[in-house]
Amino acid sequence: MAAFLLRRFGLMLLTLWLLSLIVFFAGQILPGDPGRAILGPLAAQNAVHSLDVQLGVDRPLLTRYFSWLGGIFHGDLGLSYSFRAPVAPFVWHALFNSLKLAALAFVVVVPLGIGGGVLAALRAGRLTDRVISVTGLTLATVPEFVSGIVVIVLFAVTWKLLPVTASAGAGASPGAQFQHLILPAIPLIFVLFGYFARMTRAGTIDVLAADYTRTAVLKGLPRRTVLLRHVLRNSLLPTITVIATQTGYLIGGLVVVEKLFNYQGIGLLIYNAAQSKDFPMLMAGVLTVGVVYALATLAADLLLIALSPRLRTAAIGHSGTEPKGGGAA
Amino acid sequence: MTMTQTVTPVAVPARATARWQLLARRATFLIGAAILVFWIVCAIFGESIAAYSPLAQSLLAANTGPSAAHWFGTDQLGRDMLARVITGSREILVVTFLATLLGTVCGTALGLAMGYFGGALDLIASRVVEAVLALPSVIVAFLFIVALGPSTVTLVIVIGFIFTPLIARTVRAAVLAERDLDYLPAARLLGAGAWSVMFVEILPNVLPAILVEFSVRLGYAIFAVATLSFLGFGIQPPTPDWGSDIAANYGVLAAGYWWETLFPALAIASLIVAVNLITDSMEQVMSS
Repeated sequence: MAAFLLRRFGLMLLTLWLLSLIVFFAGQILPGDPGRAILGPLAAQNAVHSLDVQLGVDRPLLTRYFSWLGGIFHGDLGLSYSFRAPVAPFVWHALFNSLKLAALAFVVVVPLGIGGGVLAALRAGRLTDRVISVTGLTLATVPEFVSGIVVIVLFAVTWKLLPVTASAGAGASPGAQFQHLILPAIPLIFVLFGYFARMTRAGTIDVLAADYTRTAVLKGLPRRTVLLRHVLRNSLLPTITVIATQTGYLIGGLVVVEKLFNYQGIGLLIYNAAQSKDFPMLMAGVLTVGVVYALATLAADLLLIALSPRLRTAAIGHSGTEPKGGGAA
Repeated sequence: MTMTQTVTPVAVPARATARWQLLARRATFLIGAAILVFWIVCAIFGESIAAYSPLAQSLLAANTGPSAAHWFGTDQLGRDMLARVITGSREILVVTFLATLLGTVCGTALGLAMGYFGGALDLIASRVVEAVLALPSVIVAFLFIVALGPSTVTLVIVIGFIFTPLIARTVRAAVLAERDLDYLPAARLLGAGAWSVMFVEILPNVLPAILVEFSVRLGYAIFAVATLSFLGFGIQPPTPDWGSDIAANYGVLAAGYWWETLFPALAIASLIVAVNLITDSMEQVMSS
């Protein structure tokens, strides 16, 4: 058990280190001269050079990497090129906003997806199953900006029921904030519903066919008890992994949804930083997203072990949570 | 704990033909294939099918709704939306097909080697694949496309390389299922080298699994390219493209010009649904 935890934690650190390398490589080496990128092609060479010195990008690559990495451990994510201010407060603020939106989407979609999946499994092959499966598949594969536009046209433009932007403005009441977040959450819910329902359905069908379920039915337990005690407990285990790995998708989805609804979250922050080639901001945003994702999959693995005695004993051979080739891969 | 274990039935030619016949009898496959073929025809012959050039502007006829002259209306520059939707299929189909092909070829080669040689190569490659899989791929794609500058070639290479580890993992699992079968030692006894065993003996047997994987990835690639184009990091205007047309026109939705975004949106949805119908029926036929 302890060996497993150590191994799992080591794997997470390895992944994060790899991510830091990728982020640094893409953010520092590929763009060429940052001073030139900020000041533009017409600026004088000595102005570019003095800005490079000021930003510290004239130093050797390894020195820059370690000073960047060291800064992160002290909560210093660097200076934004666009705002000439520390990046960290922007990132925290945006992350908090995104978590609100993501939480709303998850609170709705987790029970909906699991319920739909279980229902489809119980009626496997019949009309209910086909409707849930095909709807789920279709919703999961339509990009967020497509479904987002449809809900904007219907709810905001045609029926004028809900606001078209996601932020309620400073000092708005929680109720007003919630109202503004409903529309942006819908495209995320659509995509996630398909994945959750599909995984739950597959897991439930497997468990329904298992010997212990047959035994439970044959020994005369009521249907409800069999479902709750024997089926759901086992069939939901794979769903937990899917929920965690879909946070990876969710982040990609947030870029689109936050852009569409103009919501100041981490997705829009990454998008704007990318647009303005603000590499310190972009790197900080991407790294934050990577850390959130790594923590989510770690939490899912630990939860899975806590819930499943079989895994608790066999944990030593376990190789960690692997994403199932998430949404917008 | 293995999440997905692809079990590949041993493919002999007779069964492969039977499989195609099964596939051709499925309504979902036929509908999906018909839609896909429709878009492929549009991609190849787009300019000759459309009544207008997708790039011809006419500011006097800007933002006109669907009519007999312009079935899908016109956009803010007065360009015919029907022509743009028809020709918009080309770039996205070419980019996603090439990217998926690149990922499948690299992933198959890597997966074959990992599964066949095993040992240290498999151990090291598996760890790297695992680490790459643990990164949110959209974000990594985004980062590299921004750094390299958006272009068709960048899109193909970045998406292709992101798919490589995913496909390698599927192929490796399929190869492992084959490795202990009798025909492999037999081939080796006959003097076949490692390359010949991998590509001549194993590859044809894991091909069905690779085909399904290709079609799954194609769906994801369309999703990714459409999304990147919508964000302005994919296919660049004025090239007709559904994602970037939606990005250019969704600002005037509130003014009531719904046709400028709705038709490209439906086009994307139809293409993705078509690929998924094909994938779904292929998976069902393979597992039956």
